[in-house]
Amino acid sequence: MRRKIIELKGITKAYDGETVLDHINLDIYDNEFVTLLGPSGCGKTTTLRIIAGFEQPDEGDVLFLGEDIASLPPYRRNVNTVFQRYALFPHLNVFENIAFPLRVKKVPGAEIEQKVTEMLRLVALPGFEKRSVTSLSGGQQQRVAIARALVSQPKVLLLDEPLAALDAKLRKDMQAELHKIQRASGITFIFVTHDQEEALSMSDTVVVMAEGLIQQIGTPTDIYNEPQNAFVADFIGESNIVSGVMLEDRKVKFHGQVFECVDEGFGKNEPVDVVVRPEDVDIVPEDRGQLRGVVTSVTFLGVHYEIIVDVQGFKWMIQTTDFCAVDSHIGLSIEPDAIQIMHKSKYSGMFGDYSSFSNEFDELSDAEEEE
Amino acid sequence: MKKNNALKHVQRAVLAPYGVWALLFIVVPLFFVAYYAFTDASFHFTTDNITRFFTAKSQVTDAAGGTREVRTYLLIFWRSLKLAIISTVICLLLGYPTAYILFRASERTQKILITLIMIPMWMNFLIRTYAWMTILQDTGILNRMLARIGLGPMHIIGTETAVVIGMVYDYFPYMILPIYSVMAKLDMKLVEAAKDLGCNGYNVMKRVIFPLSLPGVISGITMVLIPSISTFYISQKLGNGKFYLIGDAIEGQYTANNLHFAAAIALLLMIVLLVCMALMQRYANKKAVA
Repeated sequence: MRRKIIELKGITKAYDGETVLDHINLDIYDNEFVTLLGPSGCGKTTTLRIIAGFEQPDEGDVLFLGEDIASLPPYRRNVNTVFQRYALFPHLNVFENIAFPLRVKKVPGAEIEQKVTEMLRLVALPGFEKRSVTSLSGGQQQRVAIARALVSQPKVLLLDEPLAALDAKLRKDMQAELHKIQRASGITFIFVTHDQEEALSMSDTVVVMAEGLIQQIGTPTDIYNEPQNAFVADFIGESNIVSGVMLEDRKVKFHGQVFECVDEGFGKNEPVDVVVRPEDVDIVPEDRGQLRGVVTSVTFLGVHYEIIVDVQGFKWMIQTTDFCAVDSHIGLSIEPDAIQIMHKSKYSGMFGDYSSFSNEFDELSDAEEEE
Repeated sequence: MKKNNALKHVQRAVLAPYGVWALLFIVVPLFFVAYYAFTDASFHFTTDNITRFFTAKSQVTDAAGGTREVRTYLLIFWRSLKLAIISTVICLLLGYPTAYILFRASERTQKILITLIMIPMWMNFLIRTYAWMTILQDTGILNRMLARIGLGPMHIIGTETAVVIGMVYDYFPYMILPIYSVMAKLDMKLVEAAKDLGCNGYNVMKRVIFPLSLPGVISGITMVLIPSISTFYISQKLGNGKFYLIGDAIEGQYTANNLHFAAAIALLLMIVLLVCMALMQRYANKKAVA
């Protein structure tokens, strides 16, 4: 049995009457890489700040190894934070920045020296001791911030969009690096991001949040393959989300056609949302397709083409390595296990149609997280 | 290229008046101070003015009634330095917490408090000093209030205490404002980071806020120390003329039409101040890197 390290129970928080977190329940286990994923304003940063102790919940309990820590100030919590813009101390050099928490605890000098050297090795910055932190690149500052947060061996490390300020290439490297550091240190990481790719590639557990609520908790593959509602399906990757009816177990009807699927346990004739990932749709000659449509646009993206197909007025996105010309008539074929059925939710009908494919929502969610 | 050159010409044209101003009112006067300091009444080179500062002697009567010989200007200089340092230290001890309170206050409160600090500066310096004369007199407001609560009267006017009170009052805003303006730019995330890494309130102050506000402290010290070391009016009015300061000496020599010696004292004072500031700056830089 894995040990619960942090438990959030019914956490509610409002600013100026606006609810940011609405009765959040979340268990975080020892030695786990957890990602809180969601668009700007979904409450993920607030959750992190409540765990760190910078914010007090209006309602609910925060348990640390089973003990209520609501009244503990941040400096008494065995939890450290890596801040979005690093928050390194400009008046201290690299060594002293990392040594900071040890100096506060009045650790003997020789031990400090040994621990800081060890940390610099862990974050791949040996020999940087005497450098001024203001002379470092973004990625290097990031590593110093991580070393500083890890040196006093907290039980939990909180990371608040730590890669947001880095360029794409560096971000990829740091993702791998962070994963490695988490494994090497054995410390629980709670990582906040609005970047779904980042969440999927690094985490053991992903917590998808929206509008102050947890939408789904699961492993990256669960979240991607079995989204529980239209919000999750749309936010994680690309999804075609069609309205349908569950005729019986393993039979769903949408676009007027009956499809085999693998889902069970829905009510007879229950209205549902059907999710099909763009890469799971096969293109076949028109007469052999389960669905028929007209190609309305084709975009070459290197590895594959992204084509938009009009099926009875609903626009599907399909990712394929085969070229199809615009205005050509094609057939669509979908394997049973490529179909994911979800209960209807408040997000039904909001996402998953590429008629107005403008990335509008993506842009929204990529917006800079509010301070 | 062309555009760049044009821009440079414009820049030069815009800067020219300031250059002329600086030359006329800063560089030329400084040159004259040095020139006068090293010449005699007939403008021949001499170091007599400088040596006079160090060697001039006079008799003073001490409390026991005995007399002793002292080096006049070194004594005056020492006294000025002492009073200026005392005033600066008091300003710092009062000003730093005030600046910190300002920094932590809500925006509205900050505005109100800054206005309150600035208001006295809108009044003429001489008038403010006169006001302190009436407050500190033996029969003044302060003593009447003290008498009412059975604590007086205290003889303050004409003592070094009165001079220090005057200096602290006059130069206090010059200590608060630079410290406050440095603090106002402080990234609150750093304070959060410090708390996160185990600092209680005292440690946040000691390890983050104070070291980062050091540039403000240095400029505050400079802005209080320099005017208080060279002041003459405050000591004349609040010290009843009993505490002859280096500023008084310069003024006295100047009004006695002894421009050459006045220039020599001014020059020496300037050198001492520059050395002090250079040392302080050096200390601050070292602190900043450590």
